[in-house]
Amino acid sequence: MSDPAPATGTGPSEFAPWKDPDAQPLIQFRNVTKRFGDFTAIDDLTVDIYAREFFALLGPSGCGKTTLMRMLGGFETPTEGTILLDGQDIGPVPPNRRAVNMMFQSYALFPHLTVRENIAFGLKRDKLPKDRIDARVEEMLRLVQLQKFASRKPHQISGGQRQRVALARSLAKAPKLLLLDEPLGALDKKLRTETQFELMEIQEKTGTTFVIVTHDQEEAMTVASRIAVMDHGRMVQVDTPDRIYETPNTTYVADFIGDVNLIEGNAAAHHEDGKVEIHWREGEPPIVGTPMGEVPDGTRCTFAIRPEKVAISKDHPEGSSNIVHGKVLDIAYLGNMSTYHVELPTGVIIKAQLANNRRIARRNITWEDEVWLSWTETAGVVLTG
Amino acid sequence: MRRITWFNAVSLTLGFAFLYIPMLILIIFSFNSSKLVTVWAGFSTKWYGELIRNEAFLDAAWVTLKVAVLSSTAATVLGTMAAYVMVRGGRFFGRTLFSGMIYAPLVMPEVITGLSLLLLFISIGLDRGVLTIVLAHATFSMCYVSVVVSSRLVSFDRSVEEAALDLGCTPFEAFRLVTLPIILPAVISGWLLAFTLSLDDLVIASFTAGPSSTTLPIKIFSSVRLGVSPEINALSTIMIAIVTVGVIATSLLSKQAIARQQREEREAAQA
Repeated sequence: MSDPAPATGTGPSEFAPWKDPDAQPLIQFRNVTKRFGDFTAIDDLTVDIYAREFFALLGPSGCGKTTLMRMLGGFETPTEGTILLDGQDIGPVPPNRRAVNMMFQSYALFPHLTVRENIAFGLKRDKLPKDRIDARVEEMLRLVQLQKFASRKPHQISGGQRQRVALARSLAKAPKLLLLDEPLGALDKKLRTETQFELMEIQEKTGTTFVIVTHDQEEAMTVASRIAVMDHGRMVQVDTPDRIYETPNTTYVADFIGDVNLIEGNAAAHHEDGKVEIHWREGEPPIVGTPMGEVPDGTRCTFAIRPEKVAISKDHPEGSSNIVHGKVLDIAYLGNMSTYHVELPTGVIIKAQLANNRRIARRNITWEDEVWLSWTETAGVVLTG
Repeated sequence: MRRITWFNAVSLTLGFAFLYIPMLILIIFSFNSSKLVTVWAGFSTKWYGELIRNEAFLDAAWVTLKVAVLSSTAATVLGTMAAYVMVRGGRFFGRTLFSGMIYAPLVMPEVITGLSLLLLFISIGLDRGVLTIVLAHATFSMCYVSVVVSSRLVSFDRSVEEAALDLGCTPFEAFRLVTLPIILPAVISGWLLAFTLSLDDLVIASFTAGPSSTTLPIKIFSSVRLGVSPEINALSTIMIAIVTVGVIATSLLSKQAIARQQREEREAAQA
């Protein structure tokens, strides 16, 4: 099958150990199941995570992402299956003997200790000589830019600073693997965006493998080298952010990540280049899309297309093979872009997004306007799951 | 500002009068120069002088203090351990039964606690004295400590302990280095509660005290049966003074600490 998505461009030397069949994974989940009574939190899960990865576990609350992380930290043990860290089964290893550190959602700073003592806490447990500890703590304080606040207690610093203390404390022991449980959840949006880039920088600088749990898809897209989208204790898709976005493998993933138009229909008439026609409404022309897998004729399937890939115009467009006609029902103005909700004669609503690269007065589409929507044959994907 | 109505003023006065008039009378009569407790014959501090020379009272006070310090310390250790297991131990077989049993002495009539302890001490051949009172007091005040400490543990962010484990602590180190310092205020108030309970306990001490180990409440009670003497008034006044100073000091200190914490948090938020 041809690869519909362009390769990830992460720089001159692409970091993609998961594509290398010889690469040794740092963490291996092998058929791991975790049950709490009758509730199955993790359902027969198998996945490999590689060294130096920034791996994001993304999903709604209750999908099992936190349980997965707590099993890596040693706070939960798998009911079935094994977890290997560097080839070693870590099931029976208690949290204090693991080369894994965790940054907690609540930060879990020790309120009775200063920032410096908090960062030094883990190092002192290793019985390192005092000068080595001091040097390491200074290094960590510099890394998170908190030298000025070293002798303050946690309640004497701001939320953003606390977040950095928690990060420094969990990195101080130079763990093989750092777990981050919703690390930015308590920060406001602006600070969160800044901190995301800081996190990536620190991850690159220290070369530590990061596993982050988040329910914020934008955050996962920004920081992660790979994202695992989770639902009901299973990983629905594990892939790079761009592939998760452009080529979701199920409607669940397509719907969870970003905004999407989902159109249900029946597959028919395969083209020679692998594309497929979808009959979705009487009186509307069939949609031509690119299937993600085998779609036999007559299969019930869903056509998924992102709103920004739908072009909107007042005149009949030329050249596109998928063209529909409708009326503007609603406009959501988001500043940098606007989303147009267009109602087709059949009652279906399709969202189209347009970048506002002109000032608002110059734009010519408004409520109740008759418009044409169009997209290319490769713009959307055909999903059967 | 809400106005003070006559109804509020009256109920306030009545309530406080009900609480404090008896103590006020006691304090006033401790400064009475007459030997007759109910007849005022002018101001004098001579009963305080008498008190200092009264060896029996001083001995009893010393015994009481010893018992209170030892028993409240033992109760604090045991009560904290019990609270920790009950709150953190997760679900183990018989947990509900155990936690119920820890709190049962709170509602058990003291006479029964005292009697059962007396029977125990006699049957194991333990001579009654300071040791038996300490054991008895530790037994009944332990559950009070456990109530105070477990209420603190319930509101405690569990992930702080997990962070300690994560950073390389053994479970015991995590308790000693992280949990204990954080719950220390609750442990201290548990100790103070046990201390005051032991100080004024009469019933259980009467069952478990021997002839050579009379505590102050027993001493006061037995001398009052021979008639109230102004010396007793003086002694009681001293005890009231100690308690008052202690309560005011601790509340001022904790108020200051809270105010400082809030100020620092405000400053941190603005920075």
